[in-house]
Amino acid sequence: MIELFGVELDLAPVWLTLKVAALTTVILIVIGSPIGWWLARSKSRLGVVFEAVVALPLVLPPTVLGFYLLIGLGPHGPIGSMWSLVSENNLTFSFAGLVIASVFYSLPFAVQPLMHAFESIGERRLEAAATLGASPMDRFFSVVLPLSQRGYLTAATLAFAHTVGEFGVILMIGGNIPGQTQVVSIAIYDHVEVMEYTQAHILSAGMMLFSFAVLLIVYGLNRRMEVKIG
Amino acid sequence: MNTDNNRTIRARFHLDFGAFALDTGEFSLPGSGVTAIFGHSGSGKTTLLRCMAGLEQGEGYLRFGEDTWQDANRKFLPVHQRPLAYVFQEATLFPHMDVRRNLEYGLRRIPKERRRITPEQAIEWTGVGHLLDRSPVRLSGGERQRVAIARALLTSPRLLLMDEPLSALDIRSKREILPYLERLHRELDIPVLYVTHSPAEVERLADQVVFMEDGRITAIETLAEATSRIDSPLFFDEGPVTVIEANVDHHDDAYHLTRVTFGDHGLWLPRQPLEPGTALRVRILARDVSLIRSAPEETSILNVLPVIITGMEPTGPGKLAVTTETRDGQTLLTEITRKSAETLGLEIGQHVHAQIKAVAMME
Repeated sequence: MIELFGVELDLAPVWLTLKVAALTTVILIVIGSPIGWWLARSKSRLGVVFEAVVALPLVLPPTVLGFYLLIGLGPHGPIGSMWSLVSENNLTFSFAGLVIASVFYSLPFAVQPLMHAFESIGERRLEAAATLGASPMDRFFSVVLPLSQRGYLTAATLAFAHTVGEFGVILMIGGNIPGQTQVVSIAIYDHVEVMEYTQAHILSAGMMLFSFAVLLIVYGLNRRMEVKIG
Repeated sequence: MNTDNNRTIRARFHLDFGAFALDTGEFSLPGSGVTAIFGHSGSGKTTLLRCMAGLEQGEGYLRFGEDTWQDANRKFLPVHQRPLAYVFQEATLFPHMDVRRNLEYGLRRIPKERRRITPEQAIEWTGVGHLLDRSPVRLSGGERQRVAIARALLTSPRLLLMDEPLSALDIRSKREILPYLERLHRELDIPVLYVTHSPAEVERLADQVVFMEDGRITAIETLAEATSRIDSPLFFDEGPVTVIEANVDHHDDAYHLTRVTFGDHGLWLPRQPLEPGTALRVRILARDVSLIRSAPEETSILNVLPVIITGMEPTGPGKLAVTTETRDGQTLLTEITRKSAETLGLEIGQHVHAQIKAVAMME
């Protein structure tokens, strides 16, 4: 609790939001790389199907996604029942549940920029690296990664920002437990509900400034990289 | 030191793309010199090269000397483990590295004991010394391709594969880069497979030629064999061509000319940037050679050789290919109209003079 502009403000939702978004971003970069790679290179029809599946969260109402995640992550759902083998706690209404849900929810925002970055590298350069003695892993780290910098930056930013802005899915599977699953977007909603406009203002303005700053940095970096790579 | 024998290539590939199939049958290629793989686009020459590199996987086998790179028992050595280098048609330099780091890319990935070509050598042969600190993005097409060649050489390959390295370049860049390739041909002791659809490149660089058509190998011949038959596929575009292996004798700087010699004869060429003593190939289009019965007293043509007619063969309506030989046995092909042949009364065994209008180093 801090005091700002004469009102008490609970900052826990801010930290929670940042933690969820950061962890989700890391996970998405790690799993988004092979998925994006496969989608960029795959010539099979399965690739198209998978591409559509990955893009689903873009078009579905968050409540639909949240509903299925609630069932899937619930104690009797496929993910939830596996989770119960390693942990006594339920996934739903927990921090881990929030992160898993966010990974699904923000998946297209990480995968699509990575996929486009990988596509633009071109088969020939990788073949050239192979003929120069680079193994597949070596090629990934020495050619793909440096040439996809912008893709990674975009993927990380969008995944992070999108997770920060998450509302519906979290409400469905995380509920609104202060200190555990109450993120900023939901805290704002709560403040408005009880007419605490000052608190809502502070959090909302904070979100605005934060998002603007992130985008500014990303676009700035993006432009500089453009100049460097030509 | 490798002997040619343990670098002989023996292979067979079969690869079906539906609309196109590569089906080479068994073949073997000598493990030395430049072997051109020649055919029209769509004849399967690039696919053949990619199969050798391991960039495509068809069925069949591939043995390089004693080593098996691919066999019928599912053995398939991945590209990065094959001791070969590949120069692609389009520039494949890494844009996030400067030229120096591009050159080091392959070098760093081979064990020290396998390094036979030094960076100094590769840089000198390809003339890229002044480009080392530049970004590949800022290079011309020809410079890029020279860097790609140097980068490939620095892996000290046992086999060098080149897929139409000049075809994406404009004529000026081609002219700029060909002398470097000729120099590699002279100085490098690595078998080279060189895919091209340009007869001129074959005639300037190759020692033997693999002819391809519709995914099949139609003939494997030495360059001498390939250029001795009038119906050679090499002659389809520009007509018959004579290739002469000559040596630079001296330069005449007053007239900007270079004298090259072969056997007892010599030719004047436009000034060449080569040291006296350097071996070079000149190619002479048959249509640039005319025949006269007696030695001309006054002519603007510099190169006139006394020859004997050894054969006459029609090449098209109203046209004849006349095969002639110099005193020391160098063949020189000419193409003239049948009318001229009859007017001059040309016949086999006749002594005539060949006037060479143009001795091309490069068209």
